[in-house]
Amino acid sequence: MKEPSPVPVDVHSDAFLARLMRDQLKLSIACALAFTVALVALPLLNYFQPEMMAQRVFGFTLTWLILGVLFFPFVWIISYVFIQRSIALENAEAKAAQDGQTK
Amino acid sequence: MPTLLAFLAAEPATKQVDPWIAFFSLITVVVTVGMGFWTAGKSKSAGDFFVAGRSVSVGWNASAISGEYLSAASFMGVAGMVMATGYDALWYPVCYACGYLFLLLFIAGPLRRFGAYTIPDFAEGRYDSPVFRKIAVCFVLFIGFFYTMPQMKGAGTTLAYIFPGLPYWAGVVVVGAVITLNVSLGGMKGITLVQAFQYWLKVFAITLPIFVLASVVGHYQSHLATNKTAQETTATALPGIERKALPAKAPKDEAWIAPFGKLTTKAVDASIAAAKTPEEKAALEAAKKPYSLLYTYSLIIALVCGTAGLPHILVRFYTNPDGVAAKRTTMWVMILIGVFYVFPPVYGVIGRSLTPELYDAVGAKGTDKVVLELPTLLAGRDHALLGSILSGITCAGAFAAFMSTFSGLLVSMSSALAHDIYGRMLRPAASPEQRLKAFKWSALIVGLVAVGLGSQVEALEINFMVGQAFAIAAASYFPLLFMSVWWRGMTMRGAATGMLVGGLSALASISLTSVSDVAVAKAKKLTDAAELAAYWADHPLAKGIADFWVAHPLARILCEQPAIWAVPLSIGLMIVVSKVTAASIPADIRMKMLVLHAPEALGLKQEYIKEHEGLGGH
Repeated sequence: MKEPSPVPVDVHSDAFLARLMRDQLKLSIACALAFTVALVALPLLNYFQPEMMAQRVFGFTLTWLILGVLFFPFVWIISYVFIQRSIALENAEAKAAQDGQTK
Repeated sequence: MPTLLAFLAAEPATKQVDPWIAFFSLITVVVTVGMGFWTAGKSKSAGDFFVAGRSVSVGWNASAISGEYLSAASFMGVAGMVMATGYDALWYPVCYACGYLFLLLFIAGPLRRFGAYTIPDFAEGRYDSPVFRKIAVCFVLFIGFFYTMPQMKGAGTTLAYIFPGLPYWAGVVVVGAVITLNVSLGGMKGITLVQAFQYWLKVFAITLPIFVLASVVGHYQSHLATNKTAQETTATALPGIERKALPAKAPKDEAWIAPFGKLTTKAVDASIAAAKTPEEKAALEAAKKPYSLLYTYSLIIALVCGTAGLPHILVRFYTNPDGVAAKRTTMWVMILIGVFYVFPPVYGVIGRSLTPELYDAVGAKGTDKVVLELPTLLAGRDHALLGSILSGITCAGAFAAFMSTFSGLLVSMSSALAHDIYGRMLRPAASPEQRLKAFKWSALIVGLVAVGLGSQVEALEINFMVGQAFAIAAASYFPLLFMSVWWRGMTMRGAATGMLVGGLSALASISLTSVSDVAVAKAKKLTDAAELAAYWADHPLAKGIADFWVAHPLARILCEQPAIWAVPLSIGLMIVVSKVTAASIPADIRMKMLVLHAPEALGLKQEYIKEHEGLGGH
């Protein structure tokens, strides 16, 4: 995660808005990527590695276990990480901007 | 949700009314009405009615959103579809739950910060365009009514199933009246409580019976293990796990448990059956798996983007106190509905072992009622009373399912009428009391229209109606919100073009497949060759389309699941048209973007509102 800029910022400058949106979008896209990679990869694995995905794990097939059970906690972890980071990011931005305004 | 609601074609059952089923269903209705009256005294201001005073805590709001989201299709349809088609159907519950991630990552926080009452408010505020508000209102009402009809149909057929002899419309009227009363008594604040309660009821109703049942007949993975995969030569027989013989209509184990099964290969299968030469057949067989992969991806896009674009879900984010609470709420919603969605497939898997006779019937009398049928099996295993009680509990869950979804839809549509049409277009000077009254009248009008429409759709496919709602949302609202929040170069014309073309082309292509499917389903019932010829002669268009699908399975897949091209089309149009009309980017776009993205601690929203009031409001 990016450290807040030490230079005082003007919240009404284009530079501030551009940086704000870029930092937020970067975080969102990083999290979306983790999710998208899994969504794209699972059908591909099913397609190219059917034997591997049909192995039995505790009675489930591997692919059933992943999609029917493990996918949910995986998404919870992504969303938890996103929320922690996004709140930290907002706090840092608010602090940097307020420092800039009081100077 | 594009799966069958249970009972959609149910004829009045011949069995007696089970007192436990009647009892639990009645309790659900009575508690719902009671809570409506209880909250009526607490909802006073217009803000309470539209956005619950913007003060709903994270826990309540997450339960309420989850309660609203889990419709009868999730409660019964997902289990039925897993039983009927196997692995591929798992994508539905997974994407229904995980679609919220896109909402969380890109939309929830900024949308809440913008501080509007409804999505049309956002559309107008972001582009300074009253015209765009009108377009957005039309979409809210359109998607809303499409989503309402299947809920009404579920209500009508469920009630007719529980109380044999009741006509179909009785259930529609009863549920319509109860929910309309609730919404006009308490508005958003009132239904927040009711929906939160109904979420916990649904979770209880889906988990308790399956835990009891699994402890008697064996667990999820044991039943799954008895289905052999393509590599296994014989099915595993586990001690204590009973498995009844599958009827001829049921899919074979290898196809059922593996990906790329019946659900995604239907179009190609039809073409293979009609192929004339062996070469043609071989070519189609080779194309089957790639096409199936394509179908899977398109389905994933439709469900994930559709979830992030359903207006009645989006409006709930305005009830949070701030953007951080909106994000926290979304995370809890994902956990709550994720926990729920683990269970319907368990019913499907155990149902395949123990109630295979359901494969022989279709729709409502077939696999879709597996959730309600399984608990009654306990009665045959010396737990007669327990079986009845558990079956009653699952029926109560089904009731809660379509009631809570309908109440959410009713609030979002009433808001569109009362706030956007009455409050903003017809009488901008209306006082808060008048707006409140308008909300109550709107709820009554929408309720009446919904009951009227609902009583007319007994013959329609629920698949068709719900599928359209998701596909339209995926190709219209999702691109609109995503692009409006993240791209400052968007113009009103760009947004409107992308949203309209994307949404309408998705609607048109799904309609094309549905029209021919309905005709083919009717034709299949005719056995007499002369009658069949006469039937097709009467429906030349449907015949032409059906023949085209058989000849072009790829075109059929792309029309049945349009998201894979409709979503990029919509976004692409937004970019191109916005670039062309770049002169009309709102002048204060920097301020708007700041309000969407800057942390609330900076207090920029107050500045923004003052600035606008200074200009004479908007």
